[in-house]
Amino acid sequence: MPTITIDGVHYEVEQGKNLLESCLSLGLDLPYFCWHPAMGSIGACRQCAVVQYQNAEDTRGRIVMGCMTPVSDGAIFSLAGDKAQQFREAIVESLMLNHPHDCPVCAEGGECHLQDMTVMVGHRDRHYRGRKNTHRNQYLGPLINHEMNRCITCYRCTRYYRDYAGGTDLAAMAAHDHIYFGRHQEGVLQSEFAGNLVEVCPTGVFTDKSLVHDYTRKWDLQSAPSVCTGCAVGCNTMPGERYGRLKRVHNRFNAEVNGYFLCDRGRFGAGFVNSDKALEYPGLRQADGRYRALDHHEALLRMAQQCAQGRVAGIGSPRASVEANYLLRQLVGADNFAPGFSDTEQVLVSLALQLQADSAALVPDIATIESADAVLILGEDVTNTAPRIALALRQSVRNKAYELAAELKLETWQDAAIRNLAQHQRSPLFIAAVADTPLDDVATQCLYLAPASIAALGQAVAAGLGGGDSKAATDNAAGALPRAIQAEAAAITAALAGAKRPLVIAGTTCGSAAILRAAAEVASALCSGARQTMLCLCVPEANSLGQAILAGPDAPNLTTLQQRASAGEIDTLVVLENDLYRRGNEAQIDALLAACSQVIVLDGLDNATTSAANLVLPAANFAESEGTLVSLEGRAQRYFPVFQPQAERRAAWVWLLACLKEMERSEVYPLHHFDDITRACAADIPALAGITAAAPDLHYLNLGVKIPRQPARYSGRTAMRANISVHEPKQREDEETPLAFTMEGLNRDQPGALLPWVWAPGWNSNQSVHKFQTEAGGPLKGGTAGARLLHPGGSRNRTNTRPVAGDAAAENSGVSGAQPGLWQLVPRPRIFGSDELSAMSPALAELVSPGFIELCPADAAGLGIDTGDGVEVGDQLATLELRVNDSMAAGCAGYGAGLAGTGNLRALARVSLRRAETWQRRPGLIASDRGAGPGSSHV
Amino acid sequence: MSLDLPLTRNVRPDRSPTGFAAYEANGGYRGLKAAIGKLAPAECLQIIKDSNLRGRGGAGFPTGMKWSFVPMDGASPGHKYLICNADEMEPGTFKDRLLLECDPHQLIEGMICAAYTIQADVAYIFIRAEYHKAAKLLREAIAVCYDKGYLGSAILGSGYNLEMQVHSSAGRYICGEETALISSLEGKRANPRAKPPFPQVSGLWGRPTIVNNVETLCNIHHIIERGADWFQSLGLTEDAGTKLYGVSGRVKKPGCWELPIGTPIREIIEEYAGGMADGYQLRGFLPGGGSTDFLTPEHLDLAMDYGTIGKAGSRMGTGTMIILDDRTCPVGFVKNLMEFFARESCGFCTPCRDGLPWSAQVLDDIEHGRGRPEDMDTLARQVTFIGAIGNTHCALAPGAMEPLQSALKYFREDFERHISGGACPFRDGGAR
Repeated sequence: MPTITIDGVHYEVEQGKNLLESCLSLGLDLPYFCWHPAMGSIGACRQCAVVQYQNAEDTRGRIVMGCMTPVSDGAIFSLAGDKAQQFREAIVESLMLNHPHDCPVCAEGGECHLQDMTVMVGHRDRHYRGRKNTHRNQYLGPLINHEMNRCITCYRCTRYYRDYAGGTDLAAMAAHDHIYFGRHQEGVLQSEFAGNLVEVCPTGVFTDKSLVHDYTRKWDLQSAPSVCTGCAVGCNTMPGERYGRLKRVHNRFNAEVNGYFLCDRGRFGAGFVNSDKALEYPGLRQADGRYRALDHHEALLRMAQQCAQGRVAGIGSPRASVEANYLLRQLVGADNFAPGFSDTEQVLVSLALQLQADSAALVPDIATIESADAVLILGEDVTNTAPRIALALRQSVRNKAYELAAELKLETWQDAAIRNLAQHQRSPLFIAAVADTPLDDVATQCLYLAPASIAALGQAVAAGLGGGDSKAATDNAAGALPRAIQAEAAAITAALAGAKRPLVIAGTTCGSAAILRAAAEVASALCSGARQTMLCLCVPEANSLGQAILAGPDAPNLTTLQQRASAGEIDTLVVLENDLYRRGNEAQIDALLAACSQVIVLDGLDNATTSAANLVLPAANFAESEGTLVSLEGRAQRYFPVFQPQAERRAAWVWLLACLKEMERSEVYPLHHFDDITRACAADIPALAGITAAAPDLHYLNLGVKIPRQPARYSGRTAMRANISVHEPKQREDEETPLAFTMEGLNRDQPGALLPWVWAPGWNSNQSVHKFQTEAGGPLKGGTAGARLLHPGGSRNRTNTRPVAGDAAAENSGVSGAQPGLWQLVPRPRIFGSDELSAMSPALAELVSPGFIELCPADAAGLGIDTGDGVEVGDQLATLELRVNDSMAAGCAGYGAGLAGTGNLRALARVSLRRAETWQRRPGLIASDRGAGPGSSHV
Repeated sequence: MSLDLPLTRNVRPDRSPTGFAAYEANGGYRGLKAAIGKLAPAECLQIIKDSNLRGRGGAGFPTGMKWSFVPMDGASPGHKYLICNADEMEPGTFKDRLLLECDPHQLIEGMICAAYTIQADVAYIFIRAEYHKAAKLLREAIAVCYDKGYLGSAILGSGYNLEMQVHSSAGRYICGEETALISSLEGKRANPRAKPPFPQVSGLWGRPTIVNNVETLCNIHHIIERGADWFQSLGLTEDAGTKLYGVSGRVKKPGCWELPIGTPIREIIEEYAGGMADGYQLRGFLPGGGSTDFLTPEHLDLAMDYGTIGKAGSRMGTGTMIILDDRTCPVGFVKNLMEFFARESCGFCTPCRDGLPWSAQVLDDIEHGRGRPEDMDTLARQVTFIGAIGNTHCALAPGAMEPLQSALKYFREDFERHISGGACPFRDGGAR
């Protein structure tokens, strides 16, 4: 390790870092703007200037930029010298020439990196007398507010948006001091990751529009460590609350999962918490179909009474916590507990779990995905199903650039130099999908194939690598795999074989077990030699994997329950946080609910299933409760209540535990706290034993005190309820978690799973996170959040190692050959809309597309229909708008899975299509919106 | 005495372009034939190194040394590029235009020899958009060269291939900075790049690239043909060769002349430019274009070469002088330049993007009588803040501060009179 001297003090620093990173890692405050730990250095803002001396005799030194200066043994620097300080102050003064004096009305105020840096350099009085430049702001969509006058031209936004996230519609325009960061014309930002601009921008140019419209300063937010429920990736978040409303979601750094960035579904999709569809009181359906509000005790008594009588079955939910699902399973018994997947998904998630557990390949976390030097994606459109993985893949293709850079001895932080060097050279990324995906622009090659052909391609690649079932592959190669694709299979095989860290990605979205198996075969064939092979199988929801582990491979599915119910074998059905109408077709769910004399539903928002219930219990949402979720990489993570549940809402586990006690089920008598349930579940289900390590338990104290949800500057505590009562209520004690609903406590160096907000003296913005890291950009000092349940390269979770039976629909994807007059339905999920809850966030609702059917031009022409016409699917399964998609595989009909009107459509089903005669085209968009408006942009 | 002036020997009095036939008849393409097939690239490089040719674009970096950093002999398989920087936009500079418009084949021959030396297979002429006449002539000349077998594949029957293209710039001063030029040529914003890596190893499209000024490249084939010693002998001082010198401002005969490098400034101004126009006195001059420090009449007897001018506190730059006379306001003069540089900043780094407009605004206030005594401190601070290479991302802003910092030194009383008098003393009557 090199030793450097800073202001006369010797420090050992890490080789290969730049001086700015090194200073921050050492705890020295060196101001900066354009550098970003995830994006490296470009040397634009000149803020991190220091003086470097040639040797001990050199007394003058020269100004160098910390971010552009490698640390080398014996180097001598001064941060504190007058020359460096005056220069840094002059930089801020220059940045301030055109910066408006609008901090009091700026959404960034109080957590503004520019404010922090201005104070840090000591700039106070301005000498400039000229006029300030002004710009026109743009409408950038419903998520992000644009206020260009505040811009200090650090280039972080375009570097993030274009270079890091692959966006194309935000750019630096004009020149000199008129530089403008925006779109070429107003319109919705097209990147699925645009929201990170809010955190990347060091001042208030890009701000969270929802927050701007329902504003609270950072210091007045009550926050807790949380986990995004938008998909199965499990990004760590820090939602903030005030006045009982969720105000915003910020990224919570996790070195192995989300790093510094979230997707827009995660950042803006939590607004459903404030929805007016939120259930507040228990409701009992009356004879006239209306609901009567109950108090919570009466509701509990009724629930216990009904659960104690007759035969009870339960349907859990892959979007509910492990603990709530576990208690429901205890309540109804494992044989009567359906995990709450659709039938196909239940097979596929179990299969994905088993394949990953059995594979010798590493199940990578997101950071490890970034290290892949060759990637094959089979069938999964990760940008729309597990978006954060897509962002990681955009970094993985840069490994080629880093190889080239290493040859020239360029350090990895030399961002601009490396991009200029590599230009468009990328590591191989092959995508086989039913149609175009947003990652296509960085792919080496995209193959648009029917699901059966995707599986066959995977088998052919596996066979080419000397693995898999060679005979099946040969058979398929002759049948399902078009001759033209065979050459591509060989190219893919060669690229993967030549890689050091190959990664295979597939997922459940296609509805095809054959694709999952093919992916596992490819990974398995790659697991030889010195390669670090990775296998990533995407599952749909925040706790899909945990639910599959909990329920086990033998759990009844919805069809089984419906059959039992129809046979009169179920009296009471308890549904936990699950809108069943999203899981099975309408007729089947109607039959199931009608066959049970009592339907008890616990959920947070009003939906079709709660409307069919006899008794509805309002369940607290993720921001009001605690729970454990298991992400797609098998990482158990804990979320904590950000604020108290409102009205009569209770966490689902609270309802269920109270109900079990009311039923005098003695096995739950020892369970009092949330942690007790976690521990009971871990003890009961060996494969879930690791969940207790997801976060410290209730008894954790940080140097003797709890961790405060409110920052030290939280204000208005005595006044915020004064319009209701001048008597300030005692702050509620948190009896379930190591966090407290107060300002008192210590938020420092605790385990990463318990970090409610980031703040450090002099660092009010999110940039303060480096004070919580072992080194700038490194993992959190208290350890990375989450506990891996699937272990790298084969798991101890081998309880389910016998073959998982595939259902016919799932397995039949291997059957090839188009059937005349029938199209195969293939899901085309959308980042905005396909997820149930985030689609109800007001910010995202605007971007949710109506349901649609996608056909290739030839198929559409054959039906005599075109984009905008209506298509009737099957026998009145759905009537949807057609979109002609040039890339769609022939014979396949893509549908906007999860979007309105698609509830009856099932992946891989073969359906007839015809023109919907009564269809009314949607009103024409104005010309300038076509191709840029929300209707077409995010779909 | 008859001077050996290789660069302008084909420049006709009427400035009409010298075509291929006339060029070749006057000894053209002999350097090309002397190099390709006769000399190894390494031998050509050695000749250029020995000649002590220094870059004529303004920085004066030794050309041979610059080229020697290019990976040779398959060390970096793939394309290598030679780029001619014909984006002549330095205020007061018009020397390259003379060469481009009057003798396009000379540049092409020089470029072929240069490209051969570094074994580049693609050459670009990045030319200022306003030089459309030159661009047309160059395109025609290149077409002739392809016809004659001087460009294209297997040049002169050798195994050497070279493609050459003219690229008209979209027009920014910063494109004269070699890495900004490369960014622009790639279709990106014309932002300079941080060095290292230098273009010699990672330039255009990430490949080894040499960028040279027009005048530099025009020398190459002469040196290869006639030898390093001949070239060394042309200079009057320690620098080698001839130099195109120019004078603009209130002199009797503004113009551009090829002279032995090291010709005294007085000789250039008084003999070639005919001395000051009637009724004007010399107060100072920028020796090498708009981004060099003022020199004053006391410097008139200095030799115009890199080292001498450097020691006097300025730079020879492009060698084209701008004259400040006694009836022109130095504050207005500097303000005009500052506004140009502020406008031409690419906007990448803070000191340049925001510091130059601030300086221009202060100068504007002073020029219009709104100056305050503390403005002198502000300007002095800006000079320290912006004026050093390393403080900024590239050399534009430090260059922009050179006229200001020297004006504060030599013409301080003019600034102070503006401030104390509340008006520009050069307006309303003119003479001071």
